[in-house]
Amino acid sequence: MIKINHVFKSFGRNRVLNDICLEFKKNQAIALIGPNGSGKSTLIKIILGMVLPNQGFVAFDGAPIKGQSKYRQQIGYMPQMSRFPANMTVHQLFKMMKGLRKDVNKGDYDLHLYHAFEIEKMGNRRLEVLSGGMKQKVSAALAFLFDPKVMILDEPTAGLDPISNEILKEKLQKASLNDQLILISSHILNDLDEITSHVTYLMDGEVKFFKPLEQLKMETSENRLNRIIAQILKKENTHA
Amino acid sequence: MLKITKFIITDLFRNWILLLYTLFLLLATLGFFLLEGQGDKAILGVLNLTLLVVPMITVIFSTIYYYNMYEFIVLLMAQPLKRSTILASIYSGLGISFGLAIVMGLGLPLWFMHPAMVSIMVVGVALLLSWVFLGLAIFVGVWVRDKARGMGIALLFWVYFVLIFDGLVLLMMYNYSDYPIEKVVLFITFLNPVDLGRILVLMQTEAAALMGYSGALFRQFFSEWWGLSLSLFVLIIWALLPAALSFMRFRTKDL
Repeated sequence: MIKINHVFKSFGRNRVLNDICLEFKKNQAIALIGPNGSGKSTLIKIILGMVLPNQGFVAFDGAPIKGQSKYRQQIGYMPQMSRFPANMTVHQLFKMMKGLRKDVNKGDYDLHLYHAFEIEKMGNRRLEVLSGGMKQKVSAALAFLFDPKVMILDEPTAGLDPISNEILKEKLQKASLNDQLILISSHILNDLDEITSHVTYLMDGEVKFFKPLEQLKMETSENRLNRIIAQILKKENTHA
Repeated sequence: MLKITKFIITDLFRNWILLLYTLFLLLATLGFFLLEGQGDKAILGVLNLTLLVVPMITVIFSTIYYYNMYEFIVLLMAQPLKRSTILASIYSGLGISFGLAIVMGLGLPLWFMHPAMVSIMVVGVALLLSWVFLGLAIFVGVWVRDKARGMGIALLFWVYFVLIFDGLVLLMMYNYSDYPIEKVVLFITFLNPVDLGRILVLMQTEAAALMGYSGALFRQFFSEWWGLSLSLFVLIIWALLPAALSFMRFRTKDL
């Protein structure tokens, strides 16, 4: 569904992504992990067309994304940090977003998170007075609203309280069974355990590995994702 | 695009700074007319205030607003929208809001106190200057990533056009006063939208008679229709050029 073909990106002299080749298919739930500054956010932004690669290309359903915006109809994106126009209410934000997406019929809205996070209740509050976690909830509900085929989440669980965290995880699990492709970047590996089917490990702008979780479990004979990653990194270090 | 523009205008009109700005212009204009009585003197007061305050508020407010909207722009970028549409919505949202502020704050009182050609000119110049400095603000926002540096550059633009430029022109006039440089000065003013606006309005008042030989030359130039339309055209270029450059940059910018 998403094919990343020999993508290079540098900011000034600083090389962020170095020859990234990945292919994501539907029904996969991919955990994108790696240390700070390994290029996770940049890779996500390249898929969304917000950052343009120096070399290589990204194709969505076989068509290169360069110069087009239509493929983003299929993508729901929850950014790392959300900020909205200060003086508008939550309700007005949703109204505008729905207005922007005439391609989605009214009946097709996915309002599950909207209800689960009780966004209706904060509908009349100004976006400026919402706390960080509440903004994350709004942003998650917006990402799922148009029932996208691909969900991209950048550090989604960072600001959420445990209950909301569970709601979001459940929603993501359901989505991955429902022919959707999910791409999550996160540091909190415990959160990813129950969701992911594949793990991509980025380091210094390169793909260290991209493997199914099951295979990783077999290779390392560990069960938890954080143990698996620790194992692999330890092995790397002893080899080097 | 219209949806986002409407959204931004609603957001701006709930912003107390923009309301305060409108109110300030309104009260100041009324104040000048009440203090100075009717006529040119009040208009000159309004003009000087407008040339100082309108560019300043527009450039500072728009730059801050653009930087504050950054995350929202990222959110919009994830929607199936073209980059140019997103920037155009922000540009037009700010442009319409500042335009309305000028019309309500300057246009309305002038319409009641002094319905004349010169008042139309003041409002027109204020509108064009708003869009010029809005364009400069967006230009800075798009080209400069760092907020603090961007604010500094935006302020520098204002200081340059309102203060430094005049100083440079005066210096030049002083040094070359033995030569017939009126024509040159005329064309140099085209390089500064604020000066251009000032002269456009001044030439509609009696004050132009006090300006001696160069005043006469200016008056001749700016009262002929082609001179007038040329200067308006140059002001419009001033409004469009930074905006066009921002659009060009925004197309390939990494957000």
